[in-house]
Amino acid sequence: MQTSLEQKYNLDIVRWFTIMAVVYLVVGASVGVYIASELAWPFLNFDSPYISFGRLRPLHTNAVIFAFGGCTLMATAFYTVQRTCGVRLWSDRMARFTFWGWNAVIVLAVLTLPFGLTQSKEYAELEWPIDILIAVVWLSFTINFIMTIAIRKSSHIYVSNWFFLGMMIMIVYLHVVNSLAIPVGLFKSYSIFSGVQDAMIQWWWGHNAVGFYLTAGFLGIMYYFVPKQAGRPIYSYRLSVIHFWALMFGYVWLGAHHLQYTALPDWTGSLGAAVSIAMIIPSWGGAVNGMMTLSGAWDRLRTDYVLRFLIIALAFYAMSTFEGPVMALKTVNALSHYTDWTIGHVHSGALGWVAGVSIGSIYHLMTRLYHTEMFSERLINFHFWTATIGTVIYIVAMWVSGIMQGLMWRAYDEYGTLAYTFVESVDAMHPYYAMRAIGGMIFLLGAVVMLFNVLMTVRKSVVEGSLAKARALPAVA
Amino acid sequence: MSEKKTKPKSFQEWLEINIWGLLIVTALVLSVGGLVEIVPLFFMKNTMEHNQFPEIVWEKAGKEPIVAIDQAGKEQWNWKPGDGVRPYTAVELAGRDVYQREGCYLCHSQMIRPFRDEKERYGHYSLASESMFDHPFQWGSKRTGPDLARVGGKYSDEWQRQHLRAPRALVPESVMPGYPWLEESYLNGKKLSRHMKGLRVVGTPYSDADIEAAPALAEGKTEMDALVAYLQVLGTMVALDDAKAYRE
Repeated sequence: MQTSLEQKYNLDIVRWFTIMAVVYLVVGASVGVYIASELAWPFLNFDSPYISFGRLRPLHTNAVIFAFGGCTLMATAFYTVQRTCGVRLWSDRMARFTFWGWNAVIVLAVLTLPFGLTQSKEYAELEWPIDILIAVVWLSFTINFIMTIAIRKSSHIYVSNWFFLGMMIMIVYLHVVNSLAIPVGLFKSYSIFSGVQDAMIQWWWGHNAVGFYLTAGFLGIMYYFVPKQAGRPIYSYRLSVIHFWALMFGYVWLGAHHLQYTALPDWTGSLGAAVSIAMIIPSWGGAVNGMMTLSGAWDRLRTDYVLRFLIIALAFYAMSTFEGPVMALKTVNALSHYTDWTIGHVHSGALGWVAGVSIGSIYHLMTRLYHTEMFSERLINFHFWTATIGTVIYIVAMWVSGIMQGLMWRAYDEYGTLAYTFVESVDAMHPYYAMRAIGGMIFLLGAVVMLFNVLMTVRKSVVEGSLAKARALPAVA
Repeated sequence: MSEKKTKPKSFQEWLEINIWGLLIVTALVLSVGGLVEIVPLFFMKNTMEHNQFPEIVWEKAGKEPIVAIDQAGKEQWNWKPGDGVRPYTAVELAGRDVYQREGCYLCHSQMIRPFRDEKERYGHYSLASESMFDHPFQWGSKRTGPDLARVGGKYSDEWQRQHLRAPRALVPESVMPGYPWLEESYLNGKKLSRHMKGLRVVGTPYSDADIEAAPALAEGKTEMDALVAYLQVLGTMVALDDAKAYRE
């Protein structure tokens, strides 16, 4: 007898988050393309407060990290935890609250950031009332996740869930501590920390927003969706154990490498740098673990476009987790800090790894959530190439401009005076800023195509009645 | 769980079948790095240079008003540049609020590193004590534009105003947005004293007189005036001695 997962699991919540993730990908990338263009062609600021670079940039980062990244994490975490535990979510109501609460946060971000309502802490710009809402929604997400594991039918907790769990706990720590502030108005507050301590706390948050939210969480996705899509078990259990504990222990220390040569005491920066270098090992362990899952089935890459996304994401993960420790080396950091190289590095991680693995898993989810094939396989392939080419153009532009900036700032002429004024370095960036904007546009084109493909798939499912049919089937045991 | 019959073979396996154990152990492991790197910064004396060089901080901060308005409506300053690090005046604070609001920190750092080229371009390297009253810190992470830690006094007020209004009128290659709207809105003195009271709660040494003076100081000033006042005080608070090693 035909059965379906629809009655057994709460897939509605996964569907909602999945669709919203794709919508926010387009929104976040659009804002990104716009601000990239503002740097290349500054007239685009139009002397308007609401679209000036300084106000839109936080909107871009919040949209891609929390709106797109967050919805992807919540969709995949809710899906993975149900599938690997063999039970329905602990609380459907809490899951619905998580969905509406999280989207309320995103709407509030759109309503506050362009108006300059900000705590001015990078990636934690949202003001205190929204911070409180984030904390409540995040806890509801976390508690629901943990309780679902607690009532599981499987004996062991699958590796994906370890990573999701680690991310959730760490984000609670980070968000609560970094957001501590004294409110002086409905949308104005001052951090309770100041100066050097505040800097360290901010970058402890800043790097772990990357290290946990954007790495551990997406590794959770990787550990479920790569083996599923490849149809083979993960390459090495042992490697995943090492990967997990080394990442949980080590990543937390890295924030200090953002503050080398600053007024932060030298010991802290050096400690951060030392641990950063050591982190190559678990990171590559994880990347190898994911890629080698395909061992013996590499030919699948020729035909399976979704798998391509997942594997190229792992390649970017390996690359940027090599680049990161290199940039944490003091001598390299002296050159790279404050330059576009950092922006390039972030985007090789964000576009290559985070977006890559998200997009792959969303395509994987779409067919299972709507019980039909994708509207167009060819468009997935088109998306794959636009995403990859756009990302590569972006990061190459930033490598060149970043290293050039660093070298120009420290260049001396034969009389021992500085060879360039600052503004000469700004002028020299123009072609690369334009190139970066174009790379972003190509990436955005792919995202728009994805949204179209996803919406057409939903439509196809409605026309075929495939979702309705699946809902009518009896539940799987 | 029916599988409970078999005993776990290792601690790792015990964690894999026990969510509460996994939760607690992960939470502990996650807390180590932050505790080791952050907590000592609040207690180790050599984190802040003024513990060794007390002259970095203005000794009258919190005891006397930084600036007051006298009977004739003129500003009377108790502090002059070089006297040491002090909290921002009401108007400077208003400027700093604008600096935060407009996201200036996204393109301008306020942290000079101890390198030869940075010394020549921007001045003496920044000290931790110089940002001790900065809630939150504004060190920044990117130099799309130049560092501003010691921009105070480098350009005239009028240059700053024109540059903020239309950057490319003065610097054709600049990619900075224009901020003409700052001239159109006036400061709110009552709001500023509320902001200062908030900062006092988190440890900024404002005297009552500093807070009471806010409405009078802010009277008739625009956000542009405030931002210029903030920029002009950056890096001027303390006169640093090249002969002294403030940091190892």
